[in-house]
Amino acid sequence: MKAIQQSIQNGGLSLVKRLQSGIVATGVATVLGLGGLGGSATASADALEDIESRGTIRIAVPQDFPPFGSVGPDLQPRGYDIDMANYLADEMGVTLELITVTSANRIPYLQTGQADLVISSLGKNAEREAAIDFSDAYAPFFLGVFSADPDERLDTPEELAGMTIGATRGAVEDMELSNIAPDSTTIQRFEDNATTISAFLSGQVDYVATGNLVAAEIAERNSNRAPSLIYQLKDSPCYVGMNKNEPALQAEVNRLIDQALKDGTLNEFSQRWLSADLPDGFGS
Amino acid sequence: MGSLDFLTLLPYTSDLLKGLLTTVVLTVVTTLAGIMLAVVVAYLRAHGQIWLRRGLGTYVEVTRNTPFIVQLFFIFFGLPGLGIKIDAITAAFIAMTLNLAAYSAEILRAGISATAKGQLEAGRALGMSALQSYRHIVLVPAFARVYPSLISQAIIVMLGSAVVSQISVFDLTYAANFVQSRNFRSFEVYLLITLVYLLLAFGLRRAFMLVGSRVFAYQRGETR
Repeated sequence: MKAIQQSIQNGGLSLVKRLQSGIVATGVATVLGLGGLGGSATASADALEDIESRGTIRIAVPQDFPPFGSVGPDLQPRGYDIDMANYLADEMGVTLELITVTSANRIPYLQTGQADLVISSLGKNAEREAAIDFSDAYAPFFLGVFSADPDERLDTPEELAGMTIGATRGAVEDMELSNIAPDSTTIQRFEDNATTISAFLSGQVDYVATGNLVAAEIAERNSNRAPSLIYQLKDSPCYVGMNKNEPALQAEVNRLIDQALKDGTLNEFSQRWLSADLPDGFGS
Repeated sequence: MGSLDFLTLLPYTSDLLKGLLTTVVLTVVTTLAGIMLAVVVAYLRAHGQIWLRRGLGTYVEVTRNTPFIVQLFFIFFGLPGLGIKIDAITAAFIAMTLNLAAYSAEILRAGISATAKGQLEAGRALGMSALQSYRHIVLVPAFARVYPSLISQAIIVMLGSAVVSQISVFDLTYAANFVQSRNFRSFEVYLLITLVYLLLAFGLRRAFMLVGSRVFAYQRGETR
C-alpha cells in the first residue's frame, strides 16, 4: 500500500508503468524495501561512486532541533549535525548540499533518493534498522545523573545512595533513575524541565538527572555550575543514516567518523555544541 | 478511558500515606506557628513603635496581595541568590506560616480593636497586671469573636499547601502527581485525594471547634 502511495506521489506515470510491468517490478520494489523509489537514483551499483562522480553530496539535516540543527542569526543552518555534514563533505572532497528535514520526513528523504545521507540526530531502533543502514556513532545522546562538581564520577548505581537528585517528574530519566537508585537516594521531582533547571542552578539540588542536551543548555546559561556527568542512565547516541546495501559508502563514512574521533574533531564539535567533552568510552 | 480501577492505586499506598502524613504535619505545625505569630504581629501592629507598625504593615500587605506560589518560589528558588539556601520542606513551612500569620493577624486586629479601651482600664483598676488584663480582657475575647474566620483561614492555608508539591515537597498532591505519572490513572488518584482533602478540612474544623469549646468555656451560658 505504501509503495503505491509513494508511486502516486512520484507521479502517476510511474504507477502506470509499474502496473504494466506487473509482478516482476512490484516484486523488485518490495524486495528492495524502497517503496516507490523507481530505482533510477540508486540503480547504479554504488552510491559512493555516484557522489564522487556528481561532485556533490546531499545531506539531510535538522533545522528545528538545537543544538544539532537550527537556523542561525544569519538564517543559515548551524549545529552539530551541520558541522558533521561539512566535515564529511570536506574530507570526501565534494560540495555539500544541505537539505533541511524534519524528524518525520528524514528517512523518506533517504529512501526516495533525495538525500545521500541523513545526519539528523538519528537514533537506532529495530524499526529503523529494518529500513535503513547506520554508520558508527558520531554524536553522544544520553540520559544521566549530572553533578555540580566536575571531578565526581560513579561506577555503580549503588554509589547514588544518600544523594538528593532533582528530576522532571514522569520523564524517562525519572523512570530510569527510580528503577536503579537505592532506597536511600532522594529523588526530588519537579513539574517541568525549567523548574528542575532552576532547582539545580539555585543550588537547591547538587545533582540532576536529565539529558545531555539539557545539561548543555544549563552549562551555557551558567558556566559556574556546568553539570558534569557522573553516571549514565541510558545511552542512545546518534548515527549517520544511509540507504541499505551501500557497503562502500558505509565504510567511507565510518572511516571518516573514526578519523574524526581520533584527531579530536568530534570532541571539538561536542565542546562547541554540547558544552562538554565526549563521554568516556564514546565510539567504543 | 478504560473503566475505573482503584486497585491500580494499591501498589502506591505507602507513597500516598507518606504524602498524607506530610500534609497533616505541615498543616498542624504551620497552623500553630502561624496563629502564634499572628498574635505577636497583631499586638505589635496595635501597640508597637511606629517603625515596627509600619514594617509589619508592609509584611501583612505584601503577603496578602501576592500569590502564595510566588512567595514560595521566592523563598525556595530566589533566596539562594542571596546565599540563603533553605530546603524544600523548611521553605514550605516558612511560606505557609508567614502566609497564615499575615491573614490571621489582620483578622485578629479586627477582634482586638473591638474591645473598648475602658474595659482594659477597668481590668487594671481591679488589680490585674498589664499582661493579665491584656490576655483576659482583650486577647481571649478577640479570639472568640474572630474564631470562625480563623478556622476558615487555616483551612484555606491547608488546602493551599497543595502548591508546595511544586518545590518537590512530598505532600499529598506530590504523591498524587507521582502516582499519576506512573500508572496514568489520573481520575482515580485525583478523586481519592479530593476526598482526602475534604476529610482533612472537616477534621481540621472539628479540631478547632474542640479547642475552642475549651478555651472559650467561660462564655458558656453567657448571652452575647
